[in-house]
Amino acid sequence: MALADVKQTATEARLAALTLPEGGCLETARHAALSRVQTMGLPGRRDEYWKYTRPDTLTAAEVSKATVFATDEEPMFNEFDRLRVVFVDGVFDPEASDDLSLEGVTIDRIADICGKDIHWAKDLYGVLEARGQNPVERPLAALNTAFAQDGVAIHVTGKPSKPINLVYVHSDEMSDAILHHVIRVESGAEVTILENGPAASRFNKCMEIDVADTGKLHLVRAQGRDHERRAATHMFARLGTESVFKSFTLTVNGVLTRNEAVIELLGDDAIAHIAGACVGDGDFHHDDTVFITHDAVNCESRQVFKKVLRNGATGVFQGKILVKEGAQKTDGYQISQSLLLDDDSQFLAKPELEIYADDVICSHGSTTGAIDEEALFYLRSRGVPTGEATDLLTLAFLAEAVDEVEDPEIAASIVARLEGWLSRRR
Amino acid sequence: MLEIKNLHVKLEDEDKQILKGLDLKVEAGKVHAIMGPNGSGKSTLSYVLSGRDGYEVTEGSATLDGEDLLELDPEERAALGVFLAFQYPVEIPGVGNMTFLRTAVNSQRKARGEEEMSAAEFLKMVRAKAKELKIDADMLKRPVNVGFSGGEKKRNEILQMAMLEPKMCILDETDSGLDVDAMKLVADGVNALRDEGRGFLVITHYQRLLDHIKPDVVHILANGRIVKTGGPELALEVENNGYAGILAEVA
Ligand SMILES: Nc1ncnc2c1ncn2[C@@H]1O[C@H](COP(=O)(O)OP(=O)(O)O)[C@@H](O)[C@H]1O
Ligand SMILES: [Mg+2]
Repeated sequence: MALADVKQTATEARLAALTLPEGGCLETARHAALSRVQTMGLPGRRDEYWKYTRPDTLTAAEVSKATVFATDEEPMFNEFDRLRVVFVDGVFDPEASDDLSLEGVTIDRIADICGKDIHWAKDLYGVLEARGQNPVERPLAALNTAFAQDGVAIHVTGKPSKPINLVYVHSDEMSDAILHHVIRVESGAEVTILENGPAASRFNKCMEIDVADTGKLHLVRAQGRDHERRAATHMFARLGTESVFKSFTLTVNGVLTRNEAVIELLGDDAIAHIAGACVGDGDFHHDDTVFITHDAVNCESRQVFKKVLRNGATGVFQGKILVKEGAQKTDGYQISQSLLLDDDSQFLAKPELEIYADDVICSHGSTTGAIDEEALFYLRSRGVPTGEATDLLTLAFLAEAVDEVEDPEIAASIVARLEGWLSRRR
Repeated sequence: MLEIKNLHVKLEDEDKQILKGLDLKVEAGKVHAIMGPNGSGKSTLSYVLSGRDGYEVTEGSATLDGEDLLELDPEERAALGVFLAFQYPVEIPGVGNMTFLRTAVNSQRKARGEEEMSAAEFLKMVRAKAKELKIDADMLKRPVNVGFSGGEKKRNEILQMAMLEPKMCILDETDSGLDVDAMKLVADGVNALRDEGRGFLVITHYQRLLDHIKPDVVHILANGRIVKTGGPELALEVENNGYAGILAEVA
């Protein structure tokens, strides 16, 4: 069978296993997304954009089983006062969630935006995803727009007194969840959104984010610890003048994770920071794929990705900065680094710059390294045992990424989780 | 306290003998100085005593209060009381100096079965010691040795020594790269720690430091062995005539 046919057959098989929600104001958007998927076909092994990550289990018609991770530990972010919006296997659970009313923000289910006639959400749904299909195709995101079962529309009009926490509970070992959120941060508004949990055995998540002029959004997520879970996530963000968008992702465990971020800086003086820290042991494959477009003057973007890999774990980074013509005074920074704790693990990186303006500063770097033996001996000579010393150096390696978390208490909470993960593996 | 007998050390990866039958005994309460030309094996001795990889002891022994040091991991030696002030202190980006010090102090306490130092107690002690060494709050907050000047790094070594209160202090060219004021600070730091129960091995290239830290015994190390031992006057002889005379005399 020719390659194109293989792809088409696989795509058709996956689509046949899904049901497109009919009716409602999103029908047009969903149908348009479906035809995008049909035209593009789902990702295949030969696709350049999937060179380092095998997409088959993400695109297969059948979900692979993932055992639910049992732990006595406190849930992530439990120490913070927050508004919880809980999804169980990809379905909103009003009983487990907090009251969704909070000053400065309106939260609605995607299913309710038609009935409530929420214009901004209708107008955003699928739009940034569609824009993000160019110049690189992201078929799993289009699939999401078409078939999403649930999700929320978050409208930030003020400065809510506490973070909104999207909690993704995984309870069924054969669950296959597709969630789609739309977020709009109005001018002068500011919010922190926390996300945590594995969500399902297989999770396809899409988040479309519209930050108006001077709006600020801080996004901190912790992807769940279930070893066998798989996730393909996309965030599409559009940034207005003087707006700020900062995103940090913590990933511990997970057999397969592909996190894509597609960011467009469309207003002057906007700032986008996309960061991630991941730690993987053994059967772990983590892929960060980032595409940042500078299309305005004097914008700043930072990509900081750190990966700690051991026992044959794999890390992937594909990061691009595209500076369009006229996007002068762009300040673009990109760093991707891995710390390999043994010879079996690997890190594959593809950093890219494409610049069409002349007055810009862009730097990128990618490194792969081991624990610094000199530093290790120095610590041990002061009495710090090898295990603890290695952990200290590992946390130091991750620090630059964790430092991207604006709130020091949330950052400390993340460091504590990393410490726990490392010390359990000493 | 520290007893080294007939120590032979070669590089692990190379067929190169560096220490060739070194004998040395440092008694508690005493300051011994080791002087010697570049490449004579002074740093190698300090590294072998503190347990760095890359060296192979082919013969001889080194004990601290009768305990065989060479059998132990670096952290175990540290807990026993061995401290090396590095000739080239290591930079550790991402690890705060305070975190580093507190982890070190408490690791040693834990290893000795002692109670860990409370945060308040630790802070009080570190502030007092830092002040004596003119180490400001900023230096304590910064990552270990990152962006420190040569003198700051050496003072930071002495701060660690003061916090860890080791039994056996080995200082490897702590005077190199120091101006007169910094040298005085470092020497004062060392002198403040002089105690009946503590031994010092001060490795230096120049006699300068020994004006401030008065040694009880001076050894000349050349070509992997102690070739001459004497009193403080031996350091002066080196200062005035260089090593040539002494080496010719023992050859
Ligand atoms: N790790 C090493 N690799 C290669 N040569 C070494 C190493 N350590 C020491 N040496 C060599 O051993 C000799 C003694 O070095 P060192 O102990 O640093 O002397 P000193 O401190 O007295 O100047 C020198 O010739 C030096 O080049
Ligand atoms: Mg030396």
